[in-house]
Amino acid sequence: MNAIRPRSRRARLRGSLTILAFILPALALFCMLVLTPIIVGFYTSLFKWNGLGGLPRDFVGLDNYTRLFADPVFYGDLWHTVVLVVLSLVIQLPLALGIALLLNQRLRGRAFYRVVFFAPYVLSEAITAVLFMLILSPSVGLANQILGIVGLDGLEWFADQSTVLLSLFLVITWKYFGLHMILYLTGRQAIPREIIEAAQIDGGNAWQVFRRVTLPLLGPTIRISIFLSVIGTIQLFDLVWIITEGGPSHASETLAVTMYQFGFKRFQVGYASAISVVMFLLSLVFALGYQRYVMRRDLEGATTVLREQR
Amino acid sequence: MKWIRRTALLCAAVLAIGGCGGAGGDDGGGGSSDSKKVTIEFWNIATNEPLKSVFANAIRDFQAKHPNIEIKNVAIENDAFKSKLTTTMQSGKAPDIFHTWGGGVLKQQADAGLVKDVTEDIASWPQKFTNAAIAPYQFDGKTYAVPHDIGMVGIWYNKALFKKAGIEQPPATWSEFIEAVKKLKAAGITPIALAGKAKWPGHYYWSYLAMRIGGLDALKQAAETKDFTDPAFIEAGRKLKELVDLEPFQKGFLGAAYDTADGQAATMGNGKAAMELMGQWAPSVQSSAGKGIGDDLGFFPFPAVEGGKGTNTEALGGGGGFAVGAEAPPEALEFLKFLTEETEHRKAVESGGVLPVLQGEEDAVKDPNLAEVAKHLAATTGFQLYLDQAFPPAVGQEVNDSVAELIAGTETPEGVAKAITETAKSE
Repeated sequence: MNAIRPRSRRARLRGSLTILAFILPALALFCMLVLTPIIVGFYTSLFKWNGLGGLPRDFVGLDNYTRLFADPVFYGDLWHTVVLVVLSLVIQLPLALGIALLLNQRLRGRAFYRVVFFAPYVLSEAITAVLFMLILSPSVGLANQILGIVGLDGLEWFADQSTVLLSLFLVITWKYFGLHMILYLTGRQAIPREIIEAAQIDGGNAWQVFRRVTLPLLGPTIRISIFLSVIGTIQLFDLVWIITEGGPSHASETLAVTMYQFGFKRFQVGYASAISVVMFLLSLVFALGYQRYVMRRDLEGATTVLREQR
Repeated sequence: MKWIRRTALLCAAVLAIGGCGGAGGDDGGGGSSDSKKVTIEFWNIATNEPLKSVFANAIRDFQAKHPNIEIKNVAIENDAFKSKLTTTMQSGKAPDIFHTWGGGVLKQQADAGLVKDVTEDIASWPQKFTNAAIAPYQFDGKTYAVPHDIGMVGIWYNKALFKKAGIEQPPATWSEFIEAVKKLKAAGITPIALAGKAKWPGHYYWSYLAMRIGGLDALKQAAETKDFTDPAFIEAGRKLKELVDLEPFQKGFLGAAYDTADGQAATMGNGKAAMELMGQWAPSVQSSAGKGIGDDLGFFPFPAVEGGKGTNTEALGGGGGFAVGAEAPPEALEFLKFLTEETEHRKAVESGGVLPVLQGEEDAVKDPNLAEVAKHLAATTGFQLYLDQAFPPAVGQEVNDSVAELIAGTETPEGVAKAITETAKSE
């Protein structure tokens, strides 16, 4: 035993060096492209700074934050985020789940449907935005013309403060349900046939099998899909910026849009940094809390494997 | 055919360069061919005709005269230009020559020491700029850019629709204007096209009303004291609200952009609205985004407000000029001098790409719509730069945003004045 020890220590050292060599490039990039901007963002958020002429000098402490927390637009942003998250959870994700389960059935043209439903996700945000601006245009849009044929009054979609958020949600759903659908579909296919069969033999009807077997086994997939959906909504920008620029009258503004307004239109980079810090903290708190309390079981497998190897 | 012309031009250029080189050698005692070649970056937004070729030709001619200077033509689309310039400036550098709209943005850049003070250089040039043209680039008695274009905002109207609604002549006062809007509505015509999403078209109404009610001095004073709570500004908001309450705008205007297929310009260009308040570029966008209404299009200055201090010969507008980076070589100014010399600038005016910025250049305008604008510009008794350019960017955007809220009905006239004042004080 004693003879082996030093050798194993050396081997362990070599192992650590190997690990280091492998993670170093990624670590360097991570520090440069992720950590540094976060730190710089924190730093500039403490200054009144228009972004011009070298480093910020006008230190204002937490003024940018007190101003932010006193701004009704900020609370509007938070409210819009909450609304979109809730709508996503109760409409978009169940819809994606339903379609995924349908497409799991033996169905003529199944592959075709999968491609069709996934296609919007592949489109760029900008193209999606322009597409829907044309479709939902109050004066010349396709949607209102179809409504007209059925004899209904056309809606103002993005041009009305009361419908703009729902219209945006429509676009978001169209764009992203494909991703969640594919996630659910792969999750569903990972469930062994025999489990389902066993449940059926035990006399479970379709609903019972779904409720008691399929759904619980899809748990990990659903939890990760909710996670992606919420984080995506907190950072929602491209679609909103192109379609409404946050309007009319801030009715569809999100945190990222407000940040862009202040950073790149008003050149109040310090204040914009404060908004980005708040966005970062929101995402961070949610991500940590969610992983700690909701996804713990899903992650346990992964971490224990690592621990055993150690 | 095209290539023949091009080859001929190339030959001519080569000959010209050869000729100049020889002449330079004689003057300087054999210097110019071995003097170091200077490259000047020229950032502009001329991505469309006619200005695109005007600049290309000017650069060719200039380089022919100055073989040791190379002008690198960097033409970037308007919005992309703004973000690219911002990013460059934030890294502490400025291009040698760059397009500017003057006002608060240019002042911030000048304060950061990124822009050259060109006051003395311009004074020694033979060409004389009009006061309106150079005003946007002057702060504290110093000039920070060379004007190249100027224009003004006014009301473009559809003569046929006015006739249909029984309006004899363009309204000259605010109450006549309101009357005209009511008549148009009664005739089933959308009185005004507005791009509510873009916000800046809406701010023209508030700006003009403030100018007409409080006079140019009120705006000047507000910019200095950072106080916009003067009754004139609140009254401007009330008058605008009076207009908004008549619901004069096209359906879905709050979501409309300016130059898209269902935007403000297209609505006007397709004859679906009777008026729009817009700058001198309106006719060309009307016919590119929509069909264009040809001879039916007319122009009149923003009406005067009864009892107000301003007159309707005072114009809101802006232009385009070229600023020089603080560290640019002196050859940059040499090029700008060439570009704005009367013979050269006339070519730009004749092309219809810009309006006169030099004294006595008005006769070069050919397009009848632009000639109309040039005529009004020449007769202006006062000039105010667009507020979203004149003020620091944050204040300018606040004007746009809060006026947009007023138009959407979520803000009061008092609220607008208060919001702008708060932002101005925080700058």
